[in-house]
Amino acid sequence: MTALLEVRDLRVTIGSTAAVRGTAITVNKGETHCLVGESGCGKSISALSVMGLLPRGSKRETTMLRFAGEEIGKYSERQMERLRGDRMAMIFQEPMTSLNPAYTVGSQMTEVLRRHRGTPRAQAVDRAAELLARVGITAPGLRLGQFPHQLSGGLRQRVMIAMALMCDPELLIADEPTTALDVTVQAQILRLLAGLQKDFGLGILLITHDLGVVARIADRVSVMYAGEVVESAPTASLFAAPEHPYTRGLLTCVPVPGKVKRDEPLGSIPGVVPRITPGFAGCGFRDRCSEAHAACSGTIPRQTVSDGHELLCTLAPGWGGKAAA
Amino acid sequence: MLRFFIRRFAVAVLVALTVLTLAFLLTRVSGDLAISIAGPNATQQDVEAIREAYGLNRPLSTQYFDWLGRAVQGDFGESYFFRDRVANLIASRMPVTITLGLVGLAIALVVSLPLGIIAAVREGTWIDRVVALIAMIGQAMPSFWLGLVLMIVFGLQLAWLPISGADSWEGFVLPGIVLAFSAIPSLTRLTRSGMIEALASDYIRTARAKGLTRLSILVKHGFRNAAIPVVSIAAVQLGFMLGGSVVIETVFALHGVGFLAWESISKNDFPVVQAVVLVLAIIYIGLTLLADLLNAVLDPRLRTA
Repeated sequence: MTALLEVRDLRVTIGSTAAVRGTAITVNKGETHCLVGESGCGKSISALSVMGLLPRGSKRETTMLRFAGEEIGKYSERQMERLRGDRMAMIFQEPMTSLNPAYTVGSQMTEVLRRHRGTPRAQAVDRAAELLARVGITAPGLRLGQFPHQLSGGLRQRVMIAMALMCDPELLIADEPTTALDVTVQAQILRLLAGLQKDFGLGILLITHDLGVVARIADRVSVMYAGEVVESAPTASLFAAPEHPYTRGLLTCVPVPGKVKRDEPLGSIPGVVPRITPGFAGCGFRDRCSEAHAACSGTIPRQTVSDGHELLCTLAPGWGGKAAA
Repeated sequence: MLRFFIRRFAVAVLVALTVLTLAFLLTRVSGDLAISIAGPNATQQDVEAIREAYGLNRPLSTQYFDWLGRAVQGDFGESYFFRDRVANLIASRMPVTITLGLVGLAIALVVSLPLGIIAAVREGTWIDRVVALIAMIGQAMPSFWLGLVLMIVFGLQLAWLPISGADSWEGFVLPGIVLAFSAIPSLTRLTRSGMIEALASDYIRTARAKGLTRLSILVKHGFRNAAIPVVSIAAVQLGFMLGGSVVIETVFALHGVGFLAWESISKNDFPVVQAVVLVLAIIYIGLTLLADLLNAVLDPRLRTA
């Protein structure tokens, strides 16, 4: 498998907060990589730094940021502009506000193609209609002439997805694309993403905090905690044998039909994600971890559990017998 | 949309009627008109004769409805001083005032839109603070004073521009600048706050994720949304400028409606005063109505609601 996106040792500081501390992510061509974790753990910031869309006042450092074999970490804003929307696209959590209220769907969709390819308007409109149909929107011709406020949330998110596909990107970053939608629409959007990936050979980096979503569509999962990827593994192996105490905790929080017994409380992880300032050493999870010991405030070793299964923890793989989940 | 328009229009008509009534009443409560027209040396007979001639001895309500009936037909009677129809007087003075207002608005927009956008893009930096300072100075400066200073510097010392009259376009430059100064602070602040809000929005992040150029993000996606309140306030500001031109036209001796108002007030030419107040008020009401409509046209969410 060829790596489409390779990120090594990504560090982002926003003001006096170390939002991302040495994250590594690899997305292969045609693969769905899920980034999971609680709110505020640095998932979105990691994704935004790949796109070069970090908010003002943030600082990004990385030893490797390679896209399709090319190092883009040192790209100028201009070079990134040419890449964004063309070869890498992104969709967001807020479908209700992510489209410009002043322009029609058609105008916003064709704009991407006209900007990157200089496609004539008529052809761009055809392409937009074709993609709207592809993402399951009926009467695309009508929708192209409508304004965002005339569409429901689910439709808007489909428009966002179609718009992201206008230039046939190689990488699609989706930041919690289904969180703001109701459950039936969530399922439709996920099925759509999976289908698009097969048809277009897209590499998808999907950010979510929903383990149900992960189980359904991810090839590979990275679990983030306090700005670090604490565990990364192929989906099956992560669900079968989670190693990091945080991953195990996370999995016990999810009710699985057949496994949960009535009158038995679901698992929970006490405490909240700490705010990490630069200079923080050791494991960010140690204050909430039942297995914490002295070594946890030192340097945490990166261990290989099995092929493609990595762990950032002082505990030996397979600790405490077989995994809790 | 149609219902919105009808409702706004009805309100505008009511406001116009109120102004009409006030314009009539205010000239009557400012003293006995017959005495002031007759002048200080007039005898009691003279005053009585004038009262008779102008119908001022009739009951107030009769005078009011008579005037109202004529006014809605565009007949404001005859000027005591200029010996001409009031409607003619106003019509002949209107082009100067409108030209001045439009020049003022154009200058105000050319200055305040870029200033507001730059301040928003550089929010919190020294550039932002300098713009805020400029806006504050503009707010605090009395227009007649600024007019005189500009006259001295550009008219007398540098001799670049005429200090009075409207014989050529150059005559409108200095008064236009003075008039613009009254609108620049509010337009700049509005542009700035609108742009800050727009630039922080999710659709700007989307525009960036689409790889659009900085210019397209700022102007097409950002300013297009920030402009909605700016356009409607600009229309209202134009109304202020047309009404507020009384001072500027007097300072620069531009013979527009504002100058006419000043002349007729000092001559106690009350049919002209009434009519000028009314015409300026109606223009202002019309522009406010226009502002509401522009808002609806520019914001698709209002258009289809």
